[in-house]
Amino acid sequence: MALLQIAEPGQSPEPHKRKLAVGIDLGTTNSLVAAVRSGESTTLSDEGGSHLLPSVVRYTEQGVVVGQAALAKASVDPFNTIVSVKRLMGRGITDLKGLQGEAVYRFSEREGGMPYLQTVAGDKSPVEISAEILKTLKARARATLEGELEGAVITVPAYFDDAQRQATKDAAQLAGIKVLRLLNEPTAAAVAYGLDQAAEGVIAVYDLGGGTFDISILRLNKGVFEVLATGGDSALGGDDFDLALAGWFLDQLGGKEVVAGESRYLTEKARWVKEQLTDHESVTVDLDHAGQRISLDVSRELFDSLVDSLISKTIRACRRSLRDAGVELDEVQDVVMVGGSTRVPAVRARVEQFFQRAPRIDIDPDRVVAVGAAIQADVLAGNKPDSEMLLLDVLPLSLGLETMGGLAEKVIHRNSSIPVARAQEFTTYQDGQTAMMIHVVQGERELVSDCRSLAQFVLRGIPPMAAGAAKIRVTFQVDADGLLGVSAKELSTGVESEIQVKPSYGLDDNEIADMLKASYSFAEEDMVLRNLREQQVEADRLLSSLEQAMQADGQALLTAEELDHLREQMAILQTLRDGSDAGLIEQGVKVLSQASDFFAARRMDQSIKNALKGHSIDEIEGNS
Amino acid sequence: MMDITQNYFEFLALPVTYQLDLQALSERSRELQKTLHPDRFSHLSDRERRLSVQYTAYLNEAVATLKNPLSRAQYLLKLEGIDTFSESQVQLDPMFLMQQMELRESLEDIASASDPDADIERLRQTVEQEMKSLREQFDSYYQQSTPSAHEAAAVCVRKMQFIDKLGREIEVLEDQLFDE
Repeated sequence: MALLQIAEPGQSPEPHKRKLAVGIDLGTTNSLVAAVRSGESTTLSDEGGSHLLPSVVRYTEQGVVVGQAALAKASVDPFNTIVSVKRLMGRGITDLKGLQGEAVYRFSEREGGMPYLQTVAGDKSPVEISAEILKTLKARARATLEGELEGAVITVPAYFDDAQRQATKDAAQLAGIKVLRLLNEPTAAAVAYGLDQAAEGVIAVYDLGGGTFDISILRLNKGVFEVLATGGDSALGGDDFDLALAGWFLDQLGGKEVVAGESRYLTEKARWVKEQLTDHESVTVDLDHAGQRISLDVSRELFDSLVDSLISKTIRACRRSLRDAGVELDEVQDVVMVGGSTRVPAVRARVEQFFQRAPRIDIDPDRVVAVGAAIQADVLAGNKPDSEMLLLDVLPLSLGLETMGGLAEKVIHRNSSIPVARAQEFTTYQDGQTAMMIHVVQGERELVSDCRSLAQFVLRGIPPMAAGAAKIRVTFQVDADGLLGVSAKELSTGVESEIQVKPSYGLDDNEIADMLKASYSFAEEDMVLRNLREQQVEADRLLSSLEQAMQADGQALLTAEELDHLREQMAILQTLRDGSDAGLIEQGVKVLSQASDFFAARRMDQSIKNALKGHSIDEIEGNS
Repeated sequence: MMDITQNYFEFLALPVTYQLDLQALSERSRELQKTLHPDRFSHLSDRERRLSVQYTAYLNEAVATLKNPLSRAQYLLKLEGIDTFSESQVQLDPMFLMQQMELRESLEDIASASDPDADIERLRQTVEQEMKSLREQFDSYYQQSTPSAHEAAAVCVRKMQFIDKLGREIEVLEDQLFDE
């Protein structure tokens, strides 16, 4: 079985040649880092032996504290202690009004509507706060693995939209981590299970975390994990269970207004009760309120009734995903549980009832995502050249454009396999119109106002024509991380406009560069050196992949002339690379890239032919 | 930069036919994914990764188009020079349109029905039956392979588009009922 070969230690490169790559589960409540060591993927612990890092960041005048020590201060210092920052990622200030429980923070609005949280250390964006968590995990990995990281696979909820994904990638960049891939959490979990069980067939992954819910339906076949459909709610999780119970506490206490610290105190108590109810039928909780101590009994039955409608929401999403996947209930061979909130007995019971089979819980639901991510990181870093493993994902939410009347026209439908590219043509609606606003949205609803606005840009320079005469082609391209790029072109004149979609509520590249500069770990000199190093790495990459390609296919696919020309160009880049001008190296990489594009394309065509070798042309023409 | 002149069938080494072997389609797709997917190029240069994104996007588009019975029919006609993908107005016979209106009315009635689930199921079966018969008609016209038969096949496709839209509206209604 091909899957098992992946773990054979004999196939790994020499230890000193192995590239260090980790999987990071950046969770709402807790975060983890895992790595493949001696052929096995395990989570890494801190000096104290704990694997889970509470996703809590506290800003003090002395500096930043992350994890358990920050969590301990959450109710006494609520404004400077940020919990569940994942729920704020990629969101605008207006979105947050709809989220419960976040009201404790003081937001300051800036240009673009991105929320900044006011802390004693100044205003902080959710991206910066997440970066602090990532830095802590990175430091843990470096200490444990004793070396520099090549990169990381960072997991995101499958149902994260483009803005939320981009924000996560920005946070990694800010933390100085190279993202090998953004991987969907349920897919990562499937990898962890799939490798263990060498499974084949259809599986469902039910992932209920602290702040997000995902359901994914996957088909496993010979090392390929193909996501058929995904669904969920990026604002529904165990936190909401806590809030529901805290709301009940408040009712029992007389429904009085509470101060910021107290509402967090109540949700912390609620979480404790929820966790106790996993193993006990009922629990008594003492609450300090208005100078008094009040004791309340909470039965599992009462708790279940409080969260019942939340669980029903997740079951509806399961039903819809099965339908989208074109899979019948009885085809599902396994249901995998992921996320700490799947420990709630009522959740397990409802999932079992719906899928008509007991869900799998053999891998710790808190760790399974990080474990799977590390397995893919190891493959992507190039440590497993013979690996057959391949993860194929889908777009979770439809992408579209605003058309006349505030309607959203879908360009790429949800659950399309990614990467995907699609073009759509639009026209002008007024005589002599010379510019066109392109508004990119994501979501399933008909009205633009009900969808998430991703980006707006203007295509200018359309020659004046009669209404409806201009032809504007808008092309959407989504990469393997689920990130979108959009370009627009007027076809008769070739006027072009292109953007990598930077979400309306995200940071732009300059802001990130500024933040990197401002952070004390990179002095000015470091930045220059860092940039040079990066360009050299890219040049080395291009040179070595070209060298390999020429060794393999140079004779077969290139003429003697072409070969000579490429050799010459490679020598030039090599000279530039050994110099110290980052700008020149960057230029050189571009030039050599372009000069060898045709060769790369020929090789790609060649490999397609090889992949389908054995399916002869006779077969193609046989039936037609 | 990507330069593919092959049509989807050739690209996937599959026979040009409406009665496609879906098993073979997904096998070929997997084989090509293993060769082309960006994750296979993650430790190589930017250019290789960019190229692989383009090829994989083409592959995914090819597979999605051929997998779905309606878009597969449309694609076959496109290869014969008849473009039904971007038609804005089509003429269909009044009988068919009448029947469509009736189906639509029964869809609208469902929201207020006493047992909406059963009604939805009934309507869905009607839609599936209708689709199946149109697929068979399409295939027999398509196989005749004359210009007039291709035109008749195009009429089937236009009807399928109607039915397909109705099918999607049933799904939307289902979601709404579940969400209540």
